[in-house]
Amino acid sequence: MSRINDVGGMAGFPAIVEEPDEPPFHADWEAHVLALNGALIKRGVYNLDEFRDAQERLPVQQYLGASYYERWFAAISTLLVEKGVATADELAVDDHGA
Amino acid sequence: MSGDHGSSRISAQVRHVETLLESRGLLAAGEVDGRIDEFLAGGTPANGARIVARAWADPGFAERLLADANTAIREVGLSMAGGLQEQRLKVVANTAETHNVVVCTLCSCYPIALLGPSPSWYKSEAYRSRVVRDPRGVLTEFGLELPAGTAIAVWDASAESRYLVLPRRPEGAASLTEAELAGLVTRKGLIGTAAV
Repeated sequence: MSRINDVGGMAGFPAIVEEPDEPPFHADWEAHVLALNGALIKRGVYNLDEFRDAQERLPVQQYLGASYYERWFAAISTLLVEKGVATADELAVDDHGA
Repeated sequence: MSGDHGSSRISAQVRHVETLLESRGLLAAGEVDGRIDEFLAGGTPANGARIVARAWADPGFAERLLADANTAIREVGLSMAGGLQEQRLKVVANTAETHNVVVCTLCSCYPIALLGPSPSWYKSEAYRSRVVRDPRGVLTEFGLELPAGTAIAVWDASAESRYLVLPRRPEGAASLTEAELAGLVTRKGLIGTAAV
C-alpha cells in the first residue's frame, strides 16, 4: 500500500511554480533544521532511512500542509521522541513562555 | 518571510530543540553554524557544469562518465562522497532521439552533495506527480518544446541512486574552451527541464 509521499502520477496538485533566483534556504531556521538532522545522523541517533520513513508516515493532512523543511522538523521531532532522547513535552515550546 | 508569525514560531521551536540537544550532549556548541557553512560551501550546479563541459570536450571522458560516473567524476576532482552517505550517480545522455528528465517521485532525492540544494519546484508535489504522467506537457511549461519524434525518458531517483542529465552540446560551440562550455550549462539542463 502506498503512502502519501508516493505522488507519482497523481492528479490534482496545483501548477508547478518556478522561483527565479531562489536562495538555498528561505529562512534561517530551515538551514538549522538541515544542520541538526546531519548532526543527529552522524551521531547515530537515527539513520537516513529512518528519517525518510518518519516523513513518509506523517499524517496525510500534515504532510500535504507542511513545507519541505517543516516536514523535516516534524520527522526529527518524531524520531527524538521514539528514540527516547526527549519526551514530546520537553520538545514543545510554550507559546507564552518561550 | 522570516518575520511572519508561522516562521517565527517554528524558529523558536527549532532553537528550543537545539538547546535541548546541546544540554544532552548530542550537539556541540557552534556545530550547527559549522555545518551550515560547510553545506553552503559544498555542492553547486557549477560542479555539474564542469562535468558536462569535460564530457563535451573529451569523448573518452564522456564514455567513462556514462559507464561509471562515480569513478569518472574523480578525474575532474569531484566525488559523490560529500553527503551523509555516498550514493550511486548515473549520468544519462540526451541524444537526437531521446531526451532525459529526472525526478524523485517519493521525496526529493537529488545529487545534493555534488550540485547543492535542489530547486523548490523539484521537491514540489506538483512536479513529482506530473512529470511521470505528462513529461512532454511539463517540459513545455518549462519552455522546452521537443520535436514530436523525440522520446522522453523519465528517471526516478532513489535514496541510493541519483541522476544527472548530460545535455546535447549546443550547435556552434565548437570553438569554445572547456570553461566557456561550462558557462552554457544550467541547473535545469542538469535535471532535464531545459535543453542545456
